[in-house]
Amino acid sequence: MNQPHRVLPLALVLLLVAGLAGSVLKPYPIYLISLWAVYTISAIGLNLTLGFAGQISLAQASFVGFGAYATALLLPHGVPFGFTLVIGAAISFILGVLLGFPALRVQGHYLAFVTLALATIAFLVFRNESWLTHGTAGIDKIARPIPFTSDVAYMWLCLAALAVVTLGVWWLLRSPWGRAFLALRENPVRAASLGVDVRTYTLLAFAIGAGLGGVSGALFAPLGQYIEPSEFALPLSFSLLLMVVVGGSGSFLGPFLGAMVSVALPEVLRSFQDYYLLIYGVIVILLLVFSPDGIVGIIARGVARLRPTDAPVEPKP
Amino acid sequence: MATDTNSPVLMMEGVVGGYGRMTILNGLSFSVARATITTIIGPNGAGKSTAFKAIFGLLNLSAGRIILEGKDVRGFSPAALIGEGVCYVPQGRNIFPELSVHDNLELGGVALGTTKAMRSRVEEALDRFPILRQKARAQASTLSGGQQKLLEIARGLIARPKLMLIDEPSIGLSPLMVKDVFATLQRLRDQGVSILMVEQNARSALEISDNGIVLETGRTRLVGTAQSILNDPRIAKLFLGAEVDLETPASP
Repeated sequence: MNQPHRVLPLALVLLLVAGLAGSVLKPYPIYLISLWAVYTISAIGLNLTLGFAGQISLAQASFVGFGAYATALLLPHGVPFGFTLVIGAAISFILGVLLGFPALRVQGHYLAFVTLALATIAFLVFRNESWLTHGTAGIDKIARPIPFTSDVAYMWLCLAALAVVTLGVWWLLRSPWGRAFLALRENPVRAASLGVDVRTYTLLAFAIGAGLGGVSGALFAPLGQYIEPSEFALPLSFSLLLMVVVGGSGSFLGPFLGAMVSVALPEVLRSFQDYYLLIYGVIVILLLVFSPDGIVGIIARGVARLRPTDAPVEPKP
Repeated sequence: MATDTNSPVLMMEGVVGGYGRMTILNGLSFSVARATITTIIGPNGAGKSTAFKAIFGLLNLSAGRIILEGKDVRGFSPAALIGEGVCYVPQGRNIFPELSVHDNLELGGVALGTTKAMRSRVEEALDRFPILRQKARAQASTLSGGQQKLLEIARGLIARPKLMLIDEPSIGLSPLMVKDVFATLQRLRDQGVSILMVEQNARSALEISDNGIVLETGRTRLVGTAQSILNDPRIAKLFLGAEVDLETPASP
């Protein structure tokens, strides 16, 4: 499950099935499938930063926000959607590099607090700088790019973007860059002895993760056609973090499954009304107690039981 | 540019450096001949492992030159040194235990730049070490101690080094495993890799080496063929920590 080359076809089939199902469903499920694709892109970014490079970030929602605001603010000025997406991703990428600098000095909980600070600052900017962001009133009537104006067409655009990101990350993880991220997560000192430039790769881990957050935000804004600051506040950062952890941090398929749970579970538990969050919380706790490697861990163990392992595991000497 | 096969692959010239204000290497000078095994021995604190860190760019040096194939590489980063053909197998267990054997080998190729080069080098390594091919998908922590050391050596070879720095390869291994690791080093030497080794297990190491270097307090005290050092009665004294008068010739 952690081998990108083995699960890539599975991820792409999942996208196709979601798209085909969405094409015959009602508008609300179509919206949910689009939202899943958008959140998955962001979770894939965070999974690169956290799961593969081992750097915690609570600022992923801010990068989604930068992408969303860049698109929402530039589209009315006639800038094509493709450019707004690139600009949103570039802004997030650059801010991601800046966020990476503290990670060169602090790690773990301390790094979490640094990223928390950035998330708070970003939220305050989105909310208080009304001259630019329209403040709490938000920005409405965000146009979808032609010809993706219908719900179904826009869903296919989101799924296509997710497919491109999936292929890009698949390539990255198999490349020496991806291997360097892995070395960095496992042991930075050993990584350095293998010629990994720890500084560059730490910054890149943040920047690429943030850049994907920006892509996700650029797609998010025209999806609901309205954005406001609280959508990019800490709850989204925690939610994205949960998607990565629940799905399986450091696994290729984890973000797909984590985002699916995060989008679908509120709908499934809708009848429980106020108890929804309580039930969701209990499910997450149970999952992490019994399967710290998330849903992917459960599936991997299930698959391993069904077939013998590639190589026999020998007892340690 | 053709390389002079008689010139040393590595020359240390008056290298001074240490940790913070503490100087460990006090003008260290020695050379490593091409396609040989050279073993550095010396008492604890002599600066053996520090010499490796100096060569591999992990130590700030205040003086001296480190000449690799005629080029001064002092101040080069580990990544740049890997590009220049140096690999470093540090002391102790340095595998990534949670990852598979195959993933560990791929990590040896992160400095190569392309996925294709990385993958073909991993295949070469698996051909060279059939035991690792057998266990390619197994978690690296499930390998025996000797196999883990072979994995580290194989990983170091992914970058096709001219010079391998290997620090205490026998540490924590059974005598049989040590034999296996040393035989691998001899095979690599025969294939043209120059090996500079630090070893506490001095006698066994010198027995498979071509040359030896004795370090004391960050200086070279004795260089010679491995055989001459093995036969030098003063070496035993040095390892016992006794004062040694190296000015007086050894008794025949």
